[in-house]
Amino acid sequence: MKEISFNLNFEIRQVMVEPNEILLDVLRDKLGVKSPKCGCERGDCGACTVLLDGKPVRSCLILAIEADKHDIITVEGISQDKLSKLQEAFIQYNSFQCGYCAPGIILAVTELLENNPHPSLEEIKESIAGHLCRCTGYTPIFDAIMALSKGEQ
Amino acid sequence: MKDYKYIGKSVTRIDALEKISGAAIYADDIDFGPNLLYAELVSSTEAHAKIISIDTSTAEQVPGVYKIFTGKDFPYKFGLYMKDRYVFAQDKVRFVGEQIAAVIARSPQAAKQGAALVKVEYEPLPAVLDQMEALKDDAVILHPDLGEYPHVPWFFPKAGTNIAHWRKTRKGNLEKAFAEAELVLEDTYTVPRYAHCALETHIAAAKLDHSGRLTVWSSSQSPHTQRHLFAEALGKSHKDVRVITPHVGGGFGGKAGVTMEIIPAALATKLKGYTVKLRYSREQEFINTYQRLGVVAKIKMAVDRDGKITALDHKIYWDAGAYVEYGANVVNAIGLSAIGPYNIPNVSIDSVCVYTNLPPGGAYRGFGYSEMLFGLESHITRAAKQLKMDEVEFRRINAIKTGDLTAYGAKMNPNGLHECIDKVAKAINWGQPLISKDPSKVLGRGFSLFWKAPAMPPNASSSAFLKFNEDASINLLISGMDIGQGYQTVMAQITAEILSVPPSKIRVESPDTDRNPYEWQTVASHITWSCGNAVKKAAYDAREQIMQLIHRVYHYPIDELYLEDEAVKCHTDARFMLPLKDFVVDGIMTADGTFKGGPINARGMFMPEFSSTNGDPETSQGGHPNVHYTVGAAALDLEIDPETGKMRVLKVAMAIDAGKALNPELVEGQITGGLLQGLATVLYEDMRYDAKGKLLNPNFTDYKIPTALDTPGEIIPIIVEVPQPDGPFGARGIGEHTMLPAAPMIANAVEDALKIRIKSMPITAEKVAMSFINKAKEER
Repeated sequence: MKEISFNLNFEIRQVMVEPNEILLDVLRDKLGVKSPKCGCERGDCGACTVLLDGKPVRSCLILAIEADKHDIITVEGISQDKLSKLQEAFIQYNSFQCGYCAPGIILAVTELLENNPHPSLEEIKESIAGHLCRCTGYTPIFDAIMALSKGEQ
Repeated sequence: MKDYKYIGKSVTRIDALEKISGAAIYADDIDFGPNLLYAELVSSTEAHAKIISIDTSTAEQVPGVYKIFTGKDFPYKFGLYMKDRYVFAQDKVRFVGEQIAAVIARSPQAAKQGAALVKVEYEPLPAVLDQMEALKDDAVILHPDLGEYPHVPWFFPKAGTNIAHWRKTRKGNLEKAFAEAELVLEDTYTVPRYAHCALETHIAAAKLDHSGRLTVWSSSQSPHTQRHLFAEALGKSHKDVRVITPHVGGGFGGKAGVTMEIIPAALATKLKGYTVKLRYSREQEFINTYQRLGVVAKIKMAVDRDGKITALDHKIYWDAGAYVEYGANVVNAIGLSAIGPYNIPNVSIDSVCVYTNLPPGGAYRGFGYSEMLFGLESHITRAAKQLKMDEVEFRRINAIKTGDLTAYGAKMNPNGLHECIDKVAKAINWGQPLISKDPSKVLGRGFSLFWKAPAMPPNASSSAFLKFNEDASINLLISGMDIGQGYQTVMAQITAEILSVPPSKIRVESPDTDRNPYEWQTVASHITWSCGNAVKKAAYDAREQIMQLIHRVYHYPIDELYLEDEAVKCHTDARFMLPLKDFVVDGIMTADGTFKGGPINARGMFMPEFSSTNGDPETSQGGHPNVHYTVGAAALDLEIDPETGKMRVLKVAMAIDAGKALNPELVEGQITGGLLQGLATVLYEDMRYDAKGKLLNPNFTDYKIPTALDTPGEIIPIIVEVPQPDGPFGARGIGEHTMLPAAPMIANAVEDALKIRIKSMPITAEKVAMSFINKAKEER
């Protein structure tokens, strides 16, 4: 066991971890942050995505000790005061159904829009190509992001 | 048409905030405290074998391992429609992945480590992995005791064979129709198995407390059915079994009935006081939950000179897997409905449920209709072409109309199939030539009709409780599951419409069987219709209580009172206006200071009392097994690169008759989502088994489900509304239907583009390219 500490959703947290523990399990089971979901345990589905120093990463592929001294943001972090414009667009366009993939996709697109506020449809597709959604057929997700990209929100 | 305030409007989902803020709780998000135990399964490595011994001694030495259980601890049988399964394998295993034992430990890691160290000694038996092989006289028999298995009265197992059920439907005179036909077309179509691939895997936790009460938390489409099967299998009273089902991360039929949930439920009975949790890995999800059944379909069709289909002989052989307690009802449903949405006077259907040494088949969005329609709708296009008829016109001539007889003799419900055909043909520019702008690509256009009825017991029912709160907000207690389709929102809309309370003031929670009233299951696309009727009745019950109270206190005739904007108003006295919040809990104070009324609590129930399964076993004539069909049509433009076989869907139009779209945007959500799921089954998904029955692609790297890069270029959703007379506001279900036409549309478009007919799914790029090369060779 080793004690690590990181900035999780704007709060410094300390936690004891085993060297082989993955970040996803530590966030969910030891720190009570439940929005990153387990879907495949091998980086295929994107449901466990978190922002590590602002970049979307698969928390099932990262060891918790690798996050020591870094910044981590989950959907809980971006929903603290009010929903982001992206989250509101997701609601308006029905961009989710069961909701299981939504936290991961929202984080990936949050990062996309920060670096590229007006992405094209192709760029949007590319940015979420590593996130599986079995319910929506993705089209309503594109619609929400395109609306933001065109400034219709 | 009546003007509604909430019905037919694209009301915002009432679960939106929860799901989009990360607040929504799924089964794995529940905290069970420090006394939680983790279960890991020991799974069969053999497709068919006798279990000689199970050695747990090494596993027991792993630090953190608490106990190990095997089949001898749980000799219980269970099953939804036929009791042919055990909680753990007993003397035999019947598929690779079947659960043999469970290791219980203080951490998931210790449980896993323990499970890997349990040694199982097998005596291999011959395995049968193909339903046609399993039907042969000398085939190994999977279930020698089949004749003794309890089952529902509408199943007809053949003891001493691998046939678990054989649904026969017979109508008219086939021989005569074939003899007199202008065209007789006969062929065979095959469909492999598919996986649901909900993003959330199966998970369940269970606890038997020291008072003897069993609580199960599960990701499920069927809380009450689970409670019933747990109570039955574990010998407990229903009042002592409680199933709590939080948000579900996708179902698609895979979380219907009971699969792995019975394992922690049973384990808990031997671990009194502990909560025991079993979460499937993605690999386990692929190898030991329900799968979509594989199909071999033999179709023989007769058509007369005028293009009228006069006869259909449809024989469908289902690879139903090692246990068919749920899957046999898929077989049954198609045995009644394999004419497709057509009016055919002479019919013979044989739908045969065959045991194989592969994982159990079960419910999968579409419940067999996708598999059946692949062959039938391919055949329809081919028949039209052979008759030199336009295939859409051929479909129009034969499409079933309101009042026509189904294969089993009941009348077809009101439907807008012809309107769907016309609207899709127009949207896709049917009849206009398709020319590729890119000379290296070719284009093809495919068309397909579809239909599906809910497959359910004749007494499947729904119920609702409705409680008013002090501020006239409402808690609606129902037990269907919002698996993403938007069910909770639509039920709130129904309540809102009747009681004039906006949906945003109505809370619908995921169920707890102790508190929420009975619901059969969230399957069969019946929940909008069935539970919608129950909710409508509950809302009317509340309204009646409100009006009676106002009448009693203010003496207005009840028929002059109405609800508007959360208040009671009176047609004949414009000054009267009493807000609901003033009295729905506290009652109304009268002149003498006493109060009348009290909390408004209402209830509603719905059971389709006209349904029955008592048709003749030899012909299926006489019963009313299906409550109604939902119909539709779809077409697409497909671009193919003949060199590589790579395909891209440029444009799709889909029309579906929702009866009444209670929330049009949610209907469109089902169209975009179901369509892509359907397209994936035909273009690339495929469960690949090796010669020993082991699945070769149990993960998302090797079993490809669609990504954002695989979406059609353009989707045109079309909603048709021919009301369902017994539906809430005329609504009927549409959730499963949107994936049904995908496969035959692609097959028909490939033929249109390349003159190649592919009769086996999936229609992969590789298969298209190889077929194209082979055709070129043959032509040389």
